[in-house]
Amino acid sequence: MSDFEPTIVAFFCNWCTYTAADLAGTSRLAYPPNIRIVRVMCTGMVDPKYVIKALLDGADGVLVSGCNPGDCHYINGNYKARRRIKLLKEIIEQFGFEPQRLRLTWIGASDGIRFAEIMREMTEQIKRLEPSAARLKMVI
Amino acid sequence: MAKTARIEVMDQNLAEALRNFLKAVLNREEISAVLAPRRLPMKNRVMPALITDPQQLDQADPLSPAFAVNSARLLSRLTRKPSGGQVAAVLRPCEIRAFVELVKLKQGRTDDVVIIGLDCLGAYSNRDYFRWATEPPEAATQKFSRAVLTGSGAAMDGVDLSPACKACESPTAEGADIAIGLFGVDTAKEIWVQARTAKGESLLGKLGFAEAPEPASRPKALEKLIAERIAYRDEMFQRTRAATETLEKLSTYLADCINCYNCRVACPVCYCRECVFVTDVFDHEPSQYLRWAEHRGAVKLPTDTLFYHLTRLAHMSTACVGCGQCSNACPNDLSLMELFRSVAHRTQAAFGYLAGRRIDEKPPLFEFRENEFPEVVGISRPSAG
Repeated sequence: MSDFEPTIVAFFCNWCTYTAADLAGTSRLAYPPNIRIVRVMCTGMVDPKYVIKALLDGADGVLVSGCNPGDCHYINGNYKARRRIKLLKEIIEQFGFEPQRLRLTWIGASDGIRFAEIMREMTEQIKRLEPSAARLKMVI
Repeated sequence: MAKTARIEVMDQNLAEALRNFLKAVLNREEISAVLAPRRLPMKNRVMPALITDPQQLDQADPLSPAFAVNSARLLSRLTRKPSGGQVAAVLRPCEIRAFVELVKLKQGRTDDVVIIGLDCLGAYSNRDYFRWATEPPEAATQKFSRAVLTGSGAAMDGVDLSPACKACESPTAEGADIAIGLFGVDTAKEIWVQARTAKGESLLGKLGFAEAPEPASRPKALEKLIAERIAYRDEMFQRTRAATETLEKLSTYLADCINCYNCRVACPVCYCRECVFVTDVFDHEPSQYLRWAEHRGAVKLPTDTLFYHLTRLAHMSTACVGCGQCSNACPNDLSLMELFRSVAHRTQAAFGYLAGRRIDEKPPLFEFRENEFPEVVGISRPSAG
């Protein structure tokens, strides 16, 4: 599996994790290029269908990342995101998606180093899995 | 005021006793109309009707195994604004539960409605019902209700209860204002009625029936029925999960879907006024289809079939009441109820929620707590895996 380069679709909130990604970049911290970032204003606006679409289109992993608890720019969007991720995990795991494929993290705007670490760790974990079934088969 | 009542059944005519009860309700000044299943004059079919003339109740057929639509959606239309009158709505338990979910979504109000819920005898699927309903309707319903209530079962003439009804572990009208008890009641002689809310108590009190204790055989009869239903349901969950446990199996399960979205139209709790799947979000560019086809060498049309079902599961499974209208509406006989209930059972349990159970219970995605579900956050903790 060593030559498997996964695609990870990442929904980052504008205020915290996206800013952390920026900080990691300007600090010249290396992290795997497998992460494909979609900037959203808040993790609270990540509709379950965005995650489902990414998984069905062959993403090997989906990462949703926003502000730490209490730091949400919109007060509580990240708490709402946590419930949606809980809901989604209950659903997708029933259809054979491994739990590692969908992740939620909280990375503050100043955590550039932690951001790079988490991206490396997530990529490593996905690499240990097979490519997503949705990549290989015809998805109806 | 009466909390309970006994209604006498004359000449073993249960349906007539129920109709007389509904007439007594409609004759009350404060009740403007009764919403109840009623036979159509032009064909041997039973559909919900809003009835203001007590004589029209002669054709009411609340025990019929017809279940063409879930009336929760209809009651939501009748109650979304004050109508100037109060409606007594005769509903099946799953219709009550769906209505409770719609009220929570502000798509219905309980203010101008008294819900009269019956112990549900179950229903046939539309296809089976159309096949079965050849006898004169009164005799047919009587044959059905007697068979169910005497314990010989609903299977007859080559039809049986729909799988949704066979798997229904909530056949009593918990959320009704007035609940009508049939199971474990000697329905050749009587019906047992219970007011479950202050509103129901007030109305029942005015009807002048004597209080009556719960028939002694009722709890046992219900316990037995519910145990059978749970056994069927759990076997159904197991079977359905095994049939859909991988993406490939799920694709096989849904392979006959033609994206007609009838299941969404028939679903009483699919609450969006306009479904995203019929908006221009899904009017893809023609060039997009070519790109998708090139990506994998072939793309199945219509596209987005799994996407649609998985999104619907994410959007409404926490509100699913298991009425089975999705399966009823499917032109290609997909076992949708089985799939949606299997997932809903798990998603509702994850939030300690039961759709339609209580009107004051917030839907899972309407609220959050500060410290909850630590297992879904982070990527390094082993427990997160």
